[in-house]
Amino acid sequence: MNPIQNVSRRHFLQGVAGLTLGIALPAVSQQAGAAEAAVAGTPFEPNAFVRIGTDNIVTVLSKHLEMGQGTYTGLATLVAEELDAAWAQVRVEGAPADARRYNNLAFGPMQGTGGSTAMANSWEQMRQAGASARAMLVAAAARRWNVPATEITVREGVVSHAASARTVRFGELAEAAAAEAVPALVTLKDPRDFRLIGRHAPRKDSVAKTDGTAQFTQDVHLPGMLVAQVVHPPRFGSRVKALDATAARALKGVVDVVQIPGGVAVLARDTWTASKGRDALVIEWDDSAAYRESSDQILARYRALAATPGKTARKDGDVEAAFQGAARVVEASYDFPYLAHAAMEPMNCVVQRTATGLEVWNGEQSHTVDQAKLAALFGLAPEQVNIHTLYAGGSFGRRASTDSDYVREAASIVKALEGSAHAQVPVKLVWTREDDMRAGYYRPLFHHRLEAALDKNGRIQAWRHRLVGQSIAAGSAFEPFLVKDGVDHLSVEGASSLPYAIPNLQVELHTPTDIPVPVLWWRSVGSTHTAYATETFLDRLAVSAGQDPVALRLQLLDKHPRHAAVLRLAAEKAGWGKPLAKGKPGERRGRGVAVHESFQSFVAQVAEVTVKKDGSLRVDRVVTAVDCGFAINPDIIRAQVEGSVGFALTAAFYGEITLKEGVVEQGNFGEYGMLRINEMPRIEVHIVPSAAKPTGIGEPAVPPVAPAVANALAAATGKWATRLPFVTRQFKA
Amino acid sequence: MIQLTINGKPQQADVEPDTPLLWALRDSLLLTGTKYGCGAGLCGACTVHVDGQPVRSCVTPVASVAGKKVSTIEAAGDSRVGKAVQDAWRKLDVVQCGYCQSGQIMSAIGLLSTKKKPTDADIDAAMAGNLCRCATYVRIRAAIHEAAKALA
Repeated sequence: MNPIQNVSRRHFLQGVAGLTLGIALPAVSQQAGAAEAAVAGTPFEPNAFVRIGTDNIVTVLSKHLEMGQGTYTGLATLVAEELDAAWAQVRVEGAPADARRYNNLAFGPMQGTGGSTAMANSWEQMRQAGASARAMLVAAAARRWNVPATEITVREGVVSHAASARTVRFGELAEAAAAEAVPALVTLKDPRDFRLIGRHAPRKDSVAKTDGTAQFTQDVHLPGMLVAQVVHPPRFGSRVKALDATAARALKGVVDVVQIPGGVAVLARDTWTASKGRDALVIEWDDSAAYRESSDQILARYRALAATPGKTARKDGDVEAAFQGAARVVEASYDFPYLAHAAMEPMNCVVQRTATGLEVWNGEQSHTVDQAKLAALFGLAPEQVNIHTLYAGGSFGRRASTDSDYVREAASIVKALEGSAHAQVPVKLVWTREDDMRAGYYRPLFHHRLEAALDKNGRIQAWRHRLVGQSIAAGSAFEPFLVKDGVDHLSVEGASSLPYAIPNLQVELHTPTDIPVPVLWWRSVGSTHTAYATETFLDRLAVSAGQDPVALRLQLLDKHPRHAAVLRLAAEKAGWGKPLAKGKPGERRGRGVAVHESFQSFVAQVAEVTVKKDGSLRVDRVVTAVDCGFAINPDIIRAQVEGSVGFALTAAFYGEITLKEGVVEQGNFGEYGMLRINEMPRIEVHIVPSAAKPTGIGEPAVPPVAPAVANALAAATGKWATRLPFVTRQFKA
Repeated sequence: MIQLTINGKPQQADVEPDTPLLWALRDSLLLTGTKYGCGAGLCGACTVHVDGQPVRSCVTPVASVAGKKVSTIEAAGDSRVGKAVQDAWRKLDVVQCGYCQSGQIMSAIGLLSTKKKPTDADIDAAMAGNLCRCATYVRIRAAIHEAAKALA
């Protein structure tokens, strides 16, 4: 059955004519009707994917957040392809929160964006929406012209009947099409007939993001709105002991000061006044229950844990026996710090209590998780929390907070205003860069220990990999799906899925639970550290056995053709095996490779580096081969790879959040460095042609970058980097 | 009230004199294309032009630009150079999240206004103060060259 249904009637109720197609909800359609009646008169949010207006504009409702990864363009491409719309007539809007209509098909009954799933889970759904709308436009034209539907063609937003030389634009048919029945079945195009998919469809957000009109949460201004800034505790677990807000309240423009569970908020008419008010607060903190460890203490504990067996994440063969029979054992340990997402737009959220519920404006990445949390906070039903999704100025996972931290903070300020004159004004919470960097929700700090047993010919007989780090999923709504037998999949992904043919293989995990530093997924999640540890360790084994790193991998990837194919392609395009051009006098150069699967996409990268005498280095070139299934928009794939390389190099060169006696030491870009344009390597991207179902591209090109660079550094200097970020003095000549 | 000339028009901002130009633009004049990223002149997201020179509006007190000409991303397309930069950005689909791009474009316009044919080194020097967390740097560089070509 076609899951798409006609919801145009809802538009007629609102006086907006045209055709609107949504998703069929047989089990709940009556309830939906009742809800509609109840909310008549409130701003209308169409629960639909496609809307064609009498103004000839095709609007695609995106159930996913646009945070830079190109989702709005990708989803619109799928709809427009099957609809045969003109690309220029297509617009995209963020869909409201609704788990029933806009759930992520990869997540189950949950609306959210993550895991590089947007295109994969929408691949059929959005094309069906487009094809259904097209069929209804054709049916309406056939009825109007009294000709068979089979004689009608559609191209570039124009419906035509060649024999009678008649044409009509979508907009002129929209009302009539809304009265047509939704086809029970639609046939999707043969890929050979694609005109947008697989070609270059320009981004839908390029114009608004180059003239200042794109609306981010930071840009929301509403009548009567107050701006809130918050002082957060200096340590995780500190509490307010005494608050003196006299000076803050005395400032012109400061409207109120409220205490909330996570700190103290100052509300003012504008952002600058709010920040001055915040600076004027005098707070005495109670640190008696606060966390006071330093990063090096955590690491010392992790190293001790790594010497002991952990929970089994994977067990092939008999690792113990293989180590006993080994001709040689190679071992290495790796340290990975906490990392902040540091999206360019610091976290923010606008919340307004209304007579009927809650209005929220947010770069919303986890619609229904946040909706449920906010509903619970105010004792509302989830559908009373209406979320307006705006562009996000980056996220990298941060806006999909498992416990809705900053969204709840905004709402808790509004809650604290209950009963006051400002109980129903919109409140915009604006975090500073320092708030954003110090609030936690980091990529967890990890320690890895790897050991391999080699036989007398240098062949790998056993591989033992122990990981130590906090769980991201534990305690969240995601725990039931992601934690099995005490092993958080997000901690070991990429390690437990090691593709190499090694007869005895064991992956073990320790998950410390006594560290209250909030941790969160960070672009490519577990693979941010597992790919580094596994791919640099494998190179070490290749070098120690005198084998070529590409040849060894290919040998071990016999049963993994997609890994092998990207590896071959990257090696070929990079000129693997040919000598590197020499550097200037005193410079050492090296080339390194890595391959990794994440989010069902396969990426291989070859990096070239130059190291100076003082150990400082630059990455000159990164060649990428990627297999992410059918390439819906090759230019966006290339853009995501380019960005992923820069994002990964930032972590490899600079990324490190450290704790000193529980206090986060970094606050702004001075201490938490970012890659700049002058440090960006040359990047080449090669996409493997594929007819397979599309998979993700927002994350998968991040994991292999740092290990490819580390392997290149080892080739240049003979030194293995066993911690990130790199300590360049180790590469001194 | 502070008297300002923004994008060629006289404007009044009802803010305290110590207010950074950034917040006067955003909160008082509702010109929200100029972005807050760091508040410390470290990221360049807040770049505007004052008398034709790129400045970081987050560390520029509004009182210090009284009587000077301020231009922002909202008026970028009004100049020949600005239009060429915007066109190049769109042609190459430079943007990802887009949050830093107003600042990138204002810095690029500043560069191309003084150097008609910038080298890669010129681009590095002019653009290294503008962070892009999405790392769209490859396309920023290409778009600057593209705009220079269009302007030649």
